Amino acid sequence: MVSTQKDPVLAILSLSGGNDGLNTIIPRSNGLYRDFRPSLSIAEDQIIPINDDFGLHPAMGPLKKFWDEGKLAIFLGMGYPNSSYSHFRSMDIWHTCEPDTQGNEGWLGRVIKDLDPTSENVLTGVNFGRGLPRALAKDGVPVASVGDLETYGLLTGIDGESQRSEALDVFGRMYSPAIGRGAVMDYIRNTGTDALKGADILATAPQKYSSSVEYSNTAVGGYMKNIAQTHLAGFGTRVLYTTSPYNSFDTHANQAALHSGLWADVSSTVENFMADLREHQASDNVLLFMFSEFGRRITDNGSGTDHGSAGIAFAVGEGVKGGIYGEYPSLAANEQEEGGNLKYGQDFRSVYTCILEDHMGLDAKPIVGGSFEKTKFL
Amino acid sequence: MADENIALMAHLLRRSGFGASRNEIEAKAAQGYQATVDDLLAPESQENIEEDLLFRYNPSYWQSAAIENNVQAWLYTMINTPRQLQEKMSLFWHMIFCAGHSKIDSGYEMGRMIGMFREHGMGNFRDLIYRLSTSPGMMYYLDNTESHQAALNENYGRELLELFSLGAGKDEELNYSEDDVKACARAFTGWNNAPAYPPFPYGRSPWEFRFDPADHDDGEKTFLGETGAWNGDDILDIICKQPATARFLARHLYNYFVADDVQIPAWRLTPPQDLDLIQKMEKAYFDSAYDITEMLRVLFNSEKFKSESVRFAKVKSPAEVVAGTLRMVEEHREIKLGLFQHSQEPKYMGMDLMNPPTVEGWHTGREWIDSGTLVERINYASELLGNTDLPGVKGLIDRLMSRGDSLSPETFVDGCLDLIGPITVDDGTRSELVAHAQKSGDLRHGSSSEQSEFTRRTGEMFQMIASTAEFQFE
Repeated sequence: MVSTQKDPVLAILSLSGGNDGLNTIIPRSNGLYRDFRPSLSIAEDQIIPINDDFGLHPAMGPLKKFWDEGKLAIFLGMGYPNSSYSHFRSMDIWHTCEPDTQGNEGWLGRVIKDLDPTSENVLTGVNFGRGLPRALAKDGVPVASVGDLETYGLLTGIDGESQRSEALDVFGRMYSPAIGRGAVMDYIRNTGTDALKGADILATAPQKYSSSVEYSNTAVGGYMKNIAQTHLAGFGTRVLYTTSPYNSFDTHANQAALHSGLWADVSSTVENFMADLREHQASDNVLLFMFSEFGRRITDNGSGTDHGSAGIAFAVGEGVKGGIYGEYPSLAANEQEEGGNLKYGQDFRSVYTCILEDHMGLDAKPIVGGSFEKTKFL
Repeated sequence: MADENIALMAHLLRRSGFGASRNEIEAKAAQGYQATVDDLLAPESQENIEEDLLFRYNPSYWQSAAIENNVQAWLYTMINTPRQLQEKMSLFWHMIFCAGHSKIDSGYEMGRMIGMFREHGMGNFRDLIYRLSTSPGMMYYLDNTESHQAALNENYGRELLELFSLGAGKDEELNYSEDDVKACARAFTGWNNAPAYPPFPYGRSPWEFRFDPADHDDGEKTFLGETGAWNGDDILDIICKQPATARFLARHLYNYFVADDVQIPAWRLTPPQDLDLIQKMEKAYFDSAYDITEMLRVLFNSEKFKSESVRFAKVKSPAEVVAGTLRMVEEHREIKLGLFQHSQEPKYMGMDLMNPPTVEGWHTGREWIDSGTLVERINYASELLGNTDLPGVKGLIDRLMSRGDSLSPETFVDGCLDLIGPITVDDGTRSELVAHAQKSGDLRHGSSSEQSEFTRRTGEMFQMIASTAEFQFE
């Protein structure tokens, strides 16, 4: 096993659907909060205070621990110019760093290319979930997309362990590189060989893993466990990505119960994830980043909230300088963005720039597409 | 050896539609190539899918705002419509006239756009491109709604020329100048959508196209050398008579139906693979006053299309992997639950239907394949082909059994390759498959235990064939 424990590792949990920032980091000292949230404001005695002005959603108790340790960074007013209220478009913008044109190359795809220009390690980047988020897409960058680490691999439909392993042997030989079969055929064979190699390596991660930590039996819990397993297996994976169930944070209705459940799950999972890494002395080089494509409307709609603009993001890690970064966007009616939304004050690329330069040790400019004032949280 | 009539018909059905079950291939082969082409080219002579029934079973598909429902209804149509070429053409236009849900954010508008491609995609190109230029979804997607007499936005004007009609260049020449782009964009000012009601909190209302004469720049413009007070209509007339447009369409049709060409931005500097066929299609375009069906008639009747040299010369698109496999194994050939999972599969394989990555669309050919998408393609197809309970798979196994009481490993492998395609694999691949089959010896199906072993081994062999590099082509 190659020891790569000291290389910086980035883990990302995307909170898909547009998390309600106002009820995540609650501006509890601001009277307007309760005025705009007649149905959905959270009672003062339930809020978990983190300072005089702000508090965490009551379901975020496990994250408070990291705040107290000084290992939790909270980014306020996150967004970009001319926010899009479309899940897809806004997520694309966070993925590609291209708010003005439609890009098809992801910032993490560029990161993986920089880290491993010749694709020596087919597992430099791994996504957990079906289908590749655009953040990880780049021509010529192999990224495994793992639906379920326990069963990941090729020809998973073949019953019987010995039958399947024989079939995989045949597969390996059928794909073994040969020349002169045509450029496209050669390319597909090489790709198949890479895929088989990656799957073979990944399959060993659950076997190597043992831990006293028990993750929740949810999609987020399962995938964050897979991220820990892959990191702990020492494959040299540097970028690990997963997404909460698709659009789960899209709380147009029945938000009070849904949002509590979502944050209870995410918070306890983050606690488990960090505990797991610490138990294995493998947390030092890991940065966990969590974001959502946008925040939600300031005024609630009676049972939920509609799509908004500025949102909240988080970073957790041993190297994080805990604290609050950025200003809380004003709730005052004359300072809102058109349509009753929070104005963004912190470009997400400012935070990416810090992650890239101060954690990953890369040149951020070509990855985020320009110079942004760095949010120095590391 | 595979029967050439069967092989040719399987090729025609894979390209002109989404493949077919073995039963269908044999029935069409008996009907003959020419008659089948004639049927394909006249979709209205074929039965349509029973839309009423589809919507009665799935009321949520009807004018649905949710993109997932629209993608499901589309996949159902790909699998089940007897008008296969019509549906293949709706995908063709979607892959060229790209507009995506990520910006449009309305499943209903996306479904409506695909419906327009379905209804008019085999008709007259002048008519189709007019419908495109008055499609509210497209006007919004390419910012023509933001283009005004006083403040020009060139996005639609440019993409109409570069990506939707002329193409950047032909025979090394550039097809238009920046001044032409500007003139085109000016001619389309005022081509806008009626103001929409805000979508929240009550949901969207359908968008409607509206021409606003007050916002139209009716000044004189010079476009491709012709000067006048052109409106968008005039621009479309001028576009349609350009040789570059005929070339662009012919080359796209060739790339989609005949063999993978280089990626589109390289077309200006890279000559077509078969200039003779391209020129015949261009002639059909002008002779018929821009009839797309007449170009297709030339294509499907050409010797090139029928020749063995272009068989399996295209990498399947994810939509073809999914719809094609489902048709081959005869799954979801009626309305039933469970289509949602299948409808998500093209996305896992890198083709998020109704949501292309950019206006340039998906890069095709070998660019469909990377290590993540290859795993998805192989596992998807092999899981279905290995499911020996599915009617199409059962049918293939029955046919294989009818080829003899006892099959040698070689006969068995060749039989499987024939029934799944017929597909030709290279010698190395074949000998690996044969060596694998030899480990368990000859196959018999006399007793019931022999039958179940025969079935198991055939299912396994189908899975292994589905995992080959050759199977990624069509």
